Formats: sequence, C-alpha cells, structure tokens
Amino acid sequence: MNPAEPVLRSLLMRGLEGDGAAYHAFLRQLGAHLRAYLGRRLFGWPDDVEDLVQECLIAMHNQRHTYQPDQPFTAWAHAIARYKMIDLLRTRSGREALHEPLDDEMALFADSAVEASDARRDLGGLLDSLPDRQRLPIVHVKLEGLSVAETAQRTGMSVSAVKIGIHRGLKALALRIKEAP
Amino acid sequence: MRTDDLVAMLATGIEPVRPHATRHRLARALLVGAPLSLLAMLVGFGLRHDLAQVVALPMFWVKLLFPISIAAASFLVVQRLARPGVRIGASWLGLAVPVACMGALAGLAWFDAPVEARLPLLLGATWRSCAASIALLALPMFVAALLALRGLAPTRPAVAGAMAGAWAGATGATVYALHCPELTAPFLAVWYVAGMALPALAGALLGPRLLRW
Repeated sequence: MNPAEPVLRSLLMRGLEGDGAAYHAFLRQLGAHLRAYLGRRLFGWPDDVEDLVQECLIAMHNQRHTYQPDQPFTAWAHAIARYKMIDLLRTRSGREALHEPLDDEMALFADSAVEASDARRDLGGLLDSLPDRQRLPIVHVKLEGLSVAETAQRTGMSVSAVKIGIHRGLKALALRIKEAP
Repeated sequence: MRTDDLVAMLATGIEPVRPHATRHRLARALLVGAPLSLLAMLVGFGLRHDLAQVVALPMFWVKLLFPISIAAASFLVVQRLARPGVRIGASWLGLAVPVACMGALAGLAWFDAPVEARLPLLLGATWRSCAASIALLALPMFVAALLALRGLAPTRPAVAGAMAGAWAGATGATVYALHCPELTAPFLAVWYVAGMALPALAGALLGPRLLRW
C-alpha cells in the first residue's frame, strides 16, 4: 500500500465532513503527492507537470463526492490523475501539429517596456475577451476584493464554479499575454 | 496562479459532502426517468388490455423480470463506472447471465416447436415495432442517466455511456412489457435484447463526447 494512503485518506474523510483545515492540509499533501506521481511519468515535460497538478487538484476537488470510504484512496486519485494525463497528452498531440517554432525569435521583442496606461487598457481588453464565467469571478475577487462566497452570491454561480473560473481565467489571461504580439 | 493559492482557494468555504453521493445521484435519475417512460407508455401505447388475465401466466413474469434484472445489474455497473479507480470486476455478469438464460430458453422453445411454428414464435405480431418502441421508451431514462453521469467521474466514457444506455434500455423494456402482447422466449431473446442494445450503442457513441470532465 502507498505510504501516503492512510494520511491522505483520513484528511479527506474529515474534509468531506466539512472540516476546512483538514481539507486544506489534504489538498496540500495531495499536491505534493501528485507532483511526484506525475513528475515520474512526464519527466520529458517539466513545465507541464505543475499545470497538470493543478488540473488534477481541481478535478479531485470537483469530484470528491465520487470517493467512497470502501475504496483505497490512492486507486481513486491515481485513476483521476491518469485520466487527466491522457487528456493532456491527447490535446498536446493535437496542438503540436500546429506548432510553429518561432518562439525564440519572438521573445526578443516581447519584453519591451509598455506604458502603464497601455497595460491597463490591454488588461481591460483581455478581460473582456474572457467568457463571463471566468471574467466576473476575476473582476469581483481579484480586482474588487470580494470573497469567493460573496461573488458566488452576486453572480448566481456556485462557489465551486467561481473558484474554477478564477483559475481558468487567470490561466487563459497568462496564455493570451504570452501570445500577444 | 500558484498551486498554493489554488489549494487555499479550493479549500475555503467547503460544504460537507453527503456519503454515497454517486448512488443517490443515479437513483435520482431513475426516479425521474422511469416514471416519464411509464407515462409515455401509458399515453402513447396503453397497457395491454388483457393485463388482468396474463398476470396469471408465469411467462408474463419472466418477460417482466428479464429486463428488470438487466436494469438492476446495469445500475450497479454504472455506479462502479462513475467512480474513478473502481473496477467493474465480475459485475458485468449481471447483464450477461439474464441474456444468456433468455437465449437458452429461446433455444429450447425453438427446437421444441414444430418447424412450421418456429418463425411465428420468433416474429410474433409486433416484431417490426418492438425494438424501436423499447428504444423510444428508453429515451427519458437515457437522458436522465447521461445527465447524472455528467456530474460524476467516469474514466471510461464509452463504456460508461454504453452501460447507461443499457440501463435506460432495460428500463424502457420493463415499461414496454406492460404493453407488449408477445409472450414467447425467442421473441424476447431477439427483439427485447435488440431494443435494449440500441440505447447501449447510442450511449457508447455519445459517451466520449458527452461524458468528458
């Protein structure tokens, strides 16, 4: 049996009963466990490991109701990690086909300084390009400083959806900033 | 976003999760889908008018228990497929055994009958419409089952879709059995099985598209 099994399992069980501190500790340790598990399997792509760790954490958080105590925790977690890993490899193989190896030359120009007003205008434009389910959580939580729960109430989204919207939205923004000419 | 921030965000304001959430969710699909199928049958097809007499025949109960046993077995298999890391194990036998038994029963009836009586045993009066009617009555359950599965975590979407389809098909067949005038084993072994296989096939095709998460 995996040495992490009893610890992770008991923390998750307390988390499922609503113990937020135990659940926080569970996710932190699960992240470390996933980083090692996925790192061994994706050693060719170290950049993807952390992204995938986050994807897996979100998936396990969203699907935590499918875990039942009669089942070894690691079997459940590894099945989800494998599913997400295969998903990543599949999208990668599709994307790589369209990939143009120009990144190195483009990077020379990408770092030039930008006026603050331009940056603000650009940020507004980038934010507007996000769908509402990602834009509203970022605007309310990250820019206006509301809590996740308040944002959920104000937008009518679920707490879970707000959290995922922030994560996905920030990721999409980072990607767009990187790709912007 | 740093992983630590993500973790902190995910862990704030969590609600307790009720135990056996998977089973409850799927059971709710049955509670919505099956009555809708029944209603569709009562409105669109109607109960068979000699129902009061046929309940005395053992074959009527065989005809009813056959799809019920398949529905129960696929309900269990779908529950397993909806949870990551749970193996199907031998639970698929719950579907295979009733079909095999009905096949054996059909073989006995077929070879027991004189040659000229065999084809009527197989075709009855309604063979043209039977499988399609079952698939049609399975539709509400099919939608309910796939919606329920979308909130769960099947790691093998094609298999999960197929089993959800079989579950819906068997529910549809159970409901249709209250209308259907046929009572021979060869008929059930071919047309009922075909009627249940249609939604299963549809589920296998739709699963990879609809059940991603």
